[in-house]
Amino acid sequence: MPSVTRRVLLGTTVSSLAMGSVEGRADDTTPTISAAPAPGSPGAMDIALQINGNQVPLVVDPRTTLLDALREQIGLTGTKKGCDRGSCGACTVHIDGRRVLSCLTLAARVQGKAITTIEGLTSGDVLHPVQAAFLHHDGYQCGYCTPGQIMSAVALIKEGHTRSDAEIREWMSGNICRCGAYPNIVAAIRDAAQRS
Amino acid sequence: MQAFHLSQPNSLDAALAAARSHGAKFIAGGTDLMQLLKDNIEVPTELVDLERVGLSSIQADASELRLGAMARMSDAAVHPDVRAGWPAIVQALEASASPQVRNMGTIGGNLLQRTRCGYFRDTGFACNKREPGSGCPAIAGENRLMAILGGSDHCIATHPSDLAVALTALDAMVTLHGINGERRVPIADFYRLPADTPHIETILQPGEMITAVTVRASGAARNSHYLKLRDRASFEFALVSVAVGLDQRDGVIEHALLAAGGVGTRPWRLPQVEAALRGKALEDAVFGDASSIAAGGASPAQQNGFKRILLQRAVFRALQMASA
Repeated sequence: MPSVTRRVLLGTTVSSLAMGSVEGRADDTTPTISAAPAPGSPGAMDIALQINGNQVPLVVDPRTTLLDALREQIGLTGTKKGCDRGSCGACTVHIDGRRVLSCLTLAARVQGKAITTIEGLTSGDVLHPVQAAFLHHDGYQCGYCTPGQIMSAVALIKEGHTRSDAEIREWMSGNICRCGAYPNIVAAIRDAAQRS
Repeated sequence: MQAFHLSQPNSLDAALAAARSHGAKFIAGGTDLMQLLKDNIEVPTELVDLERVGLSSIQADASELRLGAMARMSDAAVHPDVRAGWPAIVQALEASASPQVRNMGTIGGNLLQRTRCGYFRDTGFACNKREPGSGCPAIAGENRLMAILGGSDHCIATHPSDLAVALTALDAMVTLHGINGERRVPIADFYRLPADTPHIETILQPGEMITAVTVRASGAARNSHYLKLRDRASFEFALVSVAVGLDQRDGVIEHALLAAGGVGTRPWRLPQVEAALRGKALEDAVFGDASSIAAGGASPAQQNGFKRILLQRAVFRALQMASA
């Protein structure tokens, strides 16, 4: 039986959707830039980003967000695009150890900073304790917000905002879960914090 | 998003020079500007990145607090000296946006964030702030969230910052730098009323930027609070908010400082409430009399009359919190 992974399936679906949307946008005067500009094209910037410990050279349009650079150019699709306006938290990554929103970050502005994505949380196959706790407590349903929830939770535990469930909820307020898995998310964070 | 050139100067002077070009705009934390760029509400041709110019220090001593314009909201909120001497500022910062936004957002950028008025944020509608002379659909439209104080026939959008309300109550000074040098202005003079030019929101001149905010140390600042009331418990802008600082001796109010958010077209100082409290006893009856005049001069639109009563009650509650 051929093994079809979720990522391959999604990748195929997304690329066919993308082709359709490009045609559909022919008269859109302000297309979103997500793919790399051709080297030497007007405004293109040669940059290097330090992502999960690796130095990654890139050519970006000045408008390219860190989120689009990660997903569309570098192929790190763990970081999710939800609202693309800073309201949902699905795109949360760490920059120099602090949780921030990659959709509101221009890629060219974070050169020289240490960027950590969900893919860089662990090395090898052993889950990060917060990942393990989300799995154990079933802290998700569809899973789309989960990478952002976990990146936010890892930072929150380090910040020390885990003295009560109410405090966890307040300091996780930047991460929205449309499925409503909040009770299990809070349980997972409480558990992971107690073990850390 | 429209195309722009990104310059990344390494000093304040270089940043001010870069901002001389027509169509230039500074970018600090970017949390608001990035949204405005994506929605084509701001269309600069030159973006001047302030990340490398410094200006991020937070200093406090016995006489004043100085917040660099590029200090992150979260860094100011956790600073032990700020927490001890200016708690209303800390509470206003911690009630703002989300932890991720506060890690990015800066003090200067917070003061210059644009209104959350839904008509301003949607280029499908007219808006006098966005396109001068195009009209204001809010006045006869969806106006539950709009201002009840300081509005004009041209604009009734509220100023969204929590920090600015705390700073207005505490008589903060804003330091500005432009190509012609430095000037310091009281925050009360920094923001303009909309009148017939709602697109001009502050006294900043083209190419000028905020470099610091300073706030005096005082008994009222040490005993200050920020109360924020909103449609949901977290990550939401204020319906009504109140910053209060109370200086009292032996149960008598020597000095009261109050400002409100969510109700005005700019952060709204409440001098009549302050006057009604001066020299009076710290008790609910006094708070009741003073808060009853908090919404004086308000002219609500069709859907936001509730803010008048909410403001009075928020003032009362904030005074109770500050006197507890």
